Amino acid sequence: MADVLKIENLHVHVEGKPILRGVNLKLVRGETHALMGPNGSGKSTLGLAIMGHPKYEVVEGAITLNGEDLLERSPDERARSGVFMAFQRPVAIPGVKMADFLRHAATNVRNPDRKEGAELMPMRDFRRELKARMSELKMDVEFARRYVNDGFSGGEMKRAEILQLAMLQPKFAILDETDSGLDADAVRLASESIAEIGGKEMGLLIITHHDKLLEHNPPEFTHVMLGGRIVETGSRELADELHNLGYDRIRATYPDDEVENRTLLDKEKAGV
Amino acid sequence: MTELSSPCVNFSETSFDEFLETRREPAWLLSLRRAAWQTYCDGDWPTRSDEEWMRTDLRSFRLERFAPPMAGGGSLRVDGLLSRNVELAGNVASADGSLVEQHLADEVRQQGVLFGDWESMLEEHGDLLRPYLEKPLVESSYDKFASLHAAYWTGGRVLYVPRGIVIKQPLHSISAMGDGKTDLGRTLVILEEGAEATLLTETASSDESATGFHCGCTEIYVGPRARLRFVNLQNWGLGVWHFSQQRVRVGRDASLQWTTATLGARLSQVNQHVVLAEPGAESQVNGVLFTEGKQHATCNSLQHHAATDCRSDFLYKSALQDTSRTVWRGMIKVDQCAQRTDGYQRNDNLLLSTRARADSIPGLEIEADDVRCTHGSTSGRVDEELIFYLQCRGFTRKEAIRTVVTGFFQQIFDRITIESVREAMSNAIARRVRDYE
Repeated sequence: MADVLKIENLHVHVEGKPILRGVNLKLVRGETHALMGPNGSGKSTLGLAIMGHPKYEVVEGAITLNGEDLLERSPDERARSGVFMAFQRPVAIPGVKMADFLRHAATNVRNPDRKEGAELMPMRDFRRELKARMSELKMDVEFARRYVNDGFSGGEMKRAEILQLAMLQPKFAILDETDSGLDADAVRLASESIAEIGGKEMGLLIITHHDKLLEHNPPEFTHVMLGGRIVETGSRELADELHNLGYDRIRATYPDDEVENRTLLDKEKAGV
Repeated sequence: MTELSSPCVNFSETSFDEFLETRREPAWLLSLRRAAWQTYCDGDWPTRSDEEWMRTDLRSFRLERFAPPMAGGGSLRVDGLLSRNVELAGNVASADGSLVEQHLADEVRQQGVLFGDWESMLEEHGDLLRPYLEKPLVESSYDKFASLHAAYWTGGRVLYVPRGIVIKQPLHSISAMGDGKTDLGRTLVILEEGAEATLLTETASSDESATGFHCGCTEIYVGPRARLRFVNLQNWGLGVWHFSQQRVRVGRDASLQWTTATLGARLSQVNQHVVLAEPGAESQVNGVLFTEGKQHATCNSLQHHAATDCRSDFLYKSALQDTSRTVWRGMIKVDQCAQRTDGYQRNDNLLLSTRARADSIPGLEIEADDVRCTHGSTSGRVDEELIFYLQCRGFTRKEAIRTVVTGFFQQIFDRITIESVREAMSNAIARRVRDYE
């Protein structure tokens, strides 16, 4: 039986305000889903809610992994269950070297029952593996000695997220605009990398505005969010349509959701 | 303060005379002690109207609970954190102010290096040490704790490195203290012209919650073109009262790298002064503080530029847990003659609880006109977004906080060139970090 990540009727509030208004989504491991939608539609919120961000309050609905409740689990337990998100805006952790960070992360994710303070994976094995993954991603070894995301360019941050994906090999990965802020070459490299590091073995939820990422990782399903709901689900062709023609048809077809989307976007802009 | 002002039987005229009788010391030293005792009797205890003590609460300090250290009193052995995984050129260990053991590698001794406890050093090299005791860097009249120390000091260590001698391996010294005991240790370091050495000193108690009283003094002379790496770790039990005067005089084109860590003591009051006394002198001071429970740590630091073309670089980082409190008052003082001064000071505080408090009071006092002096301080909490990010990568919340805290100190650890010291400090801190409220 393939692993299944299921989101049912998910309602999420941030600081008391509704952002997601009943999202349903079923990801089967091995499938690729594209998640599209205009700014403010709730795509990142969905990702962060799946990971368990403390500011995102689930007021209704369920998130389950193989039928087991994820909402009961802390973000690290979710990560150890095999759920991953590549952040749109990763945070810098000054003073913590990429290599140390990755070794700890990989140890914990691969040994979900590891106790705090227990041995980390052997340094030799880790180094060998890290070197191999970095070389596949055409990353300089020097990268491992830098502090996590500290002083990274936009492109470096995205590549660092892909490196983490490669090292952690999750069952499910949400890629939140992993291709934004990159030049054309970098987007191609990122897209190829995701396919190469076993994207096909995972269940991928790709949040993107570009077509390159989807070209290398063709989605079986495309979902369109508007105003905190998935308003349409289609095939690869839907992604192509949105990419070529934009969201005018979607906005016109779902006027109520469009109103909701505008409200959310205004709030976001006002910093609420 | 009323309690402090009342007569104290343990540190009284009578007990002082008895103490002097137990000292097998030259007459000149005994008379220095008597003079200091007079200064002590004439002086007042610091109050909160004294600038350096303004934020320090001494109300529950009871001098009468402690007794002057007795010769040959202590035998406690504690394994140091700084001596692990490092080959040492020498070691001096004391307990409750008395020597427990000492050692110095033959090849170093043969070069004329002196490293040992005061008793043997005074006996064999009294003439060498006398001027340093007669004209100390810490005036016995500085405050009442300084006078008490100058009258009663016992134990500690002396390091003397002759001209041009380079000691490659670190020297180590530990002061241990039993529960309720007293340590009035004194440290004297003299590096003559062109000498180089690394000295690691640390304190430790019989157990983590032990009480005690430390009133100490550290005086360091870095001669012309000499280089000293000095590490001191204050790791007393959490019931210890720690009062320490620390002074360094850096000579022409000499350099000092001083790493100091404060982990223990219920109250720690430290005065840390570096004087860049001659042209071209350089100092780098790195401070690490980790406080928890009701700990209070005050550091009054001074970077005194008294000559031209000197550089001073001062970085203090504190992480505070529970209801602990740190106070840093930092001053860069530049004399009128000290042209082309390059001075820097910075203090960053990481608050691990909503009830912890860190006060940063940087200051500049500049009389020369061709100087570059910068200072700054920051205080903030652990960013929840960092914790979340780490959790999303499988770190437990506690591991995430530890990682952020260790990262916070990394900038200082990066400056510590001795790997074993870096590891010891990093582990000692990580072990203490609990969940964040």
